[in-house]
Amino acid sequence: MARKQIHLGVHFPGVNNTTVWTEPDSGSQIDFASFEHLARRAEDAKLDFFFLAEGLRLREHKGAIHDLDVVGRPDTLPLLAALAAVTDRIGLAGTINTTFNEPWDLARQFATLDVLSGGRAAWNLVTSSDAFTGENFRRGGYLPYAERYARAGEVVDVARALWDSWDDDAVAADADAGQFLRPGSVRPVDHHGAHVDAEGTFTTPRGPQGHPVLFQAGDSADGRDFAAATADVVFSMHSTFDAGRTFYDDVKGRLATYGRSRDSLKILPATTVVLGDTADEAAERARIIRRQQVSPQTAIAFLEQVWGVDLTAYDAEGPLPDVEPDVDGANITRGRVRHIKDPRPVVAQWRELAAAHGWSIRELVIQVTSRGGFVGTAAQVADEIDRYVQEDASDGFILVPHLTPHGLDDVLDTVVPLLQERGSFRTEYSGTTLRDHLGLAHPDLARGLRPAAVAG
Amino acid sequence: MSPHAPNNLTALHGPTALHLGVDLTDAGAHPAAWRTSGSQAARLFDVDRLVALVATAQRGRLDFVAFDDGFSLQPHERGVRGRLDAALVASRLAPRSAGIGLVATVDTTHTEPFHVSKALATIDHVSSGRAAWQVAWSTEQAAASAFGRKAPRDAADAIEQADEAADVVGRLWDSWEDDAEIRDVATGRFVDRDKLHHVDYEGIRFAVKGPSITPRPPQGRPPVVVRADEDGEIELAGRRADVVRVHARTLEEARDKRTQVHDAARAAGRDPRDVIVLVDVFVVLAQQEAAAESRLWLLQDLEGVEWQTDSLTHVGTPAALAETVAQWVNAGAVDGFHVRPASLSTDLDLFVDEVVPALQEAGLFRTEYPGSTLRDTLGLHRPANVYAAATA
Ligand SMILES: Cc1cc2nc3c(=O)[nH]c(=O)nc-3n(C[C@H](O)[C@H](O)[C@H](O)COP(=O)(O)O)c2cc1C
Repeated sequence: MARKQIHLGVHFPGVNNTTVWTEPDSGSQIDFASFEHLARRAEDAKLDFFFLAEGLRLREHKGAIHDLDVVGRPDTLPLLAALAAVTDRIGLAGTINTTFNEPWDLARQFATLDVLSGGRAAWNLVTSSDAFTGENFRRGGYLPYAERYARAGEVVDVARALWDSWDDDAVAADADAGQFLRPGSVRPVDHHGAHVDAEGTFTTPRGPQGHPVLFQAGDSADGRDFAAATADVVFSMHSTFDAGRTFYDDVKGRLATYGRSRDSLKILPATTVVLGDTADEAAERARIIRRQQVSPQTAIAFLEQVWGVDLTAYDAEGPLPDVEPDVDGANITRGRVRHIKDPRPVVAQWRELAAAHGWSIRELVIQVTSRGGFVGTAAQVADEIDRYVQEDASDGFILVPHLTPHGLDDVLDTVVPLLQERGSFRTEYSGTTLRDHLGLAHPDLARGLRPAAVAG
Repeated sequence: MSPHAPNNLTALHGPTALHLGVDLTDAGAHPAAWRTSGSQAARLFDVDRLVALVATAQRGRLDFVAFDDGFSLQPHERGVRGRLDAALVASRLAPRSAGIGLVATVDTTHTEPFHVSKALATIDHVSSGRAAWQVAWSTEQAAASAFGRKAPRDAADAIEQADEAADVVGRLWDSWEDDAEIRDVATGRFVDRDKLHHVDYEGIRFAVKGPSITPRPPQGRPPVVVRADEDGEIELAGRRADVVRVHARTLEEARDKRTQVHDAARAAGRDPRDVIVLVDVFVVLAQQEAAAESRLWLLQDLEGVEWQTDSLTHVGTPAALAETVAQWVNAGAVDGFHVRPASLSTDLDLFVDEVVPALQEAGLFRTEYPGSTLRDTLGLHRPANVYAAATA
């Protein structure tokens, strides 16, 4: 039997403390050259896609803009459109919120990106919807937690109806008959639902993929059901082997309910890679990078999120604060996804850990915020990535570098060729669209097959 | 004497005084342009066609190319129907072009100023300072229904909303001071948060907190383009526009419109020299006047009706068009023209290869871009940041 094929994406370094900006070789987070470098290197290595995250409000901490991590990023879709000019094959995946956008506009933009890139567009659907972010938008429009996925589902349904409202061959350009569009090939859409009303004839030709590839990033039961019903790819946080397997089984297990095969949804956790000539050297590099990611100021700010009070009087290299957390101050930081309901058990547990290991504040934060990731020689990391995929802990990974823009050069240069040697990763692109790279059927075909699958 | 420069083509102003933009919408300004041979209509949405058109405009050192847009399908049954998102088209064309400005039309009636602001800022970043925003609004119910909304009451209502949107978008561009990113390793701070500003905009239609998620664009504020003919539009242009597109059939009418725009700018407390007024000119070109007329007849024949234009329309030779351009500019009636080729596949080449060299040889038009940004080309200074000024 042929080996299961690995899918790999690259994540442009994000607006969070994974990204180390203090190094002399950490480049611009906004110059196009940085984005171009990563996208082109990833394409040279035949990766599946380039990925951008999104956040629609600058994060705040203690009532002021959070200034310790990278701040600021370009707008997702114009940046991907520009990357389409300097790449030919690699997929272009963008995170776009379903709460603060309207489907008519989004459907036009994604159809346009798919046309302009020759079929390489992907939409990572996120549902973040807090009032804090809503303050940047008309009517402060935000949604209660429970309604986010209902709206997201409706937004996707309408977008799909709009993409399907143009036939693939609608542009006839029949000069003699004076018919630019083939009669009947573009049909009006008329949708009236709980969250979206959209009526009219859509403006934009269908892209080569029919629909862009849909990603979903969200972890709740609702989020997982939404992914199983709707998504082609899940971007997950479960990057350790056991957690990955559990998540993989859970989400793939939900597919049958929706009449979908296990192959039709790819699960790709985010992960980091630190390489060395020896395992020890890699471990030492990883240790240094973790210290760069958790500066003394970042360590204190992290504790403040849990304690809910100002802790700047404490030394990050010293012991944990002796004051008790403020139970009502838990939203001292805004614009993050993480929420802690009651800080007291967390604080108690951290005090025990720090006492047992003799950890300072900074060491504690480094430990409790570690997300794993692969550390070792190129051969060891290639072995591990392949094992995860062959043993169904994932279908591949989204690689998150810690440095802009060269942070993944070594992984692309050394680990990817080893995966290719094993026959687990492509040596050439076999198709032109992102659907081709991911082995996903064109949506018309997938839907044509669906009744048969349900009947069986 | 060069064959391009007729004797009566002289320059009263230097080559920096004339500005020429070109419209790359659809297959050209004439509704039947797509039906002529060589129109490449089947490739209308093919990006390589657009890349080639931009390269042509850039070869002519034109100020900018512009793309129209809208949320509803063009109603004209026999014309081109369908369009790509103009902001994404402009962004897609940025990396493989240089010098030339990229003007994207973006609506204000059904969009979020926060999204518009970061989209234009990003085009400006990926083009190293060549983006511009043509502010659009819509009163049609067809566009409103696409968003499940009621259309604005009337044009005045839509223009007021466009005015507010342009105000917020500009503030969001300024919400990052230019030197906000400090990367101060000693204190662990990536930005100086005193240089990031909540815009705290509380308008009639919008309340936007800010700051933008995108750092200030290279041009500070990408130039704002407004199409203005009616009073309300001219007021809007006077307040917000860097480039104003007007319609005029005669030199006197153009001069009058330019004066109105200048008055509106003055009334808004601005220096009229900061506002560039361009007249839309529809062109059908051929080496002989009779051939140009035949080309128009052919287009009209295909369309079945006479071509109704609402501004200066030149059907004739490139040399004659160069003379008209020179005459209007030398008379101080306009700062330049927004060229609307009847057929992109024919008229753009002739404009760039025949009209532009004539103007260059007469010393009226640039032979190289003066700098790297669109503001450099337009001779507009980089605007001060309203928030930096407030804290200084
Ligand atoms: C791996 C991952 C990446 C995410 N990336 C983004 C992002 O870039 N922008 C965003 O607004 N939300 C992002 N989210 C947040 C999700 O869209 C969602 O709002 C959040 O996970 C809460 O949904 P849930 O309750 O289903 O988990 C991400 C979530 C995950 C798990």
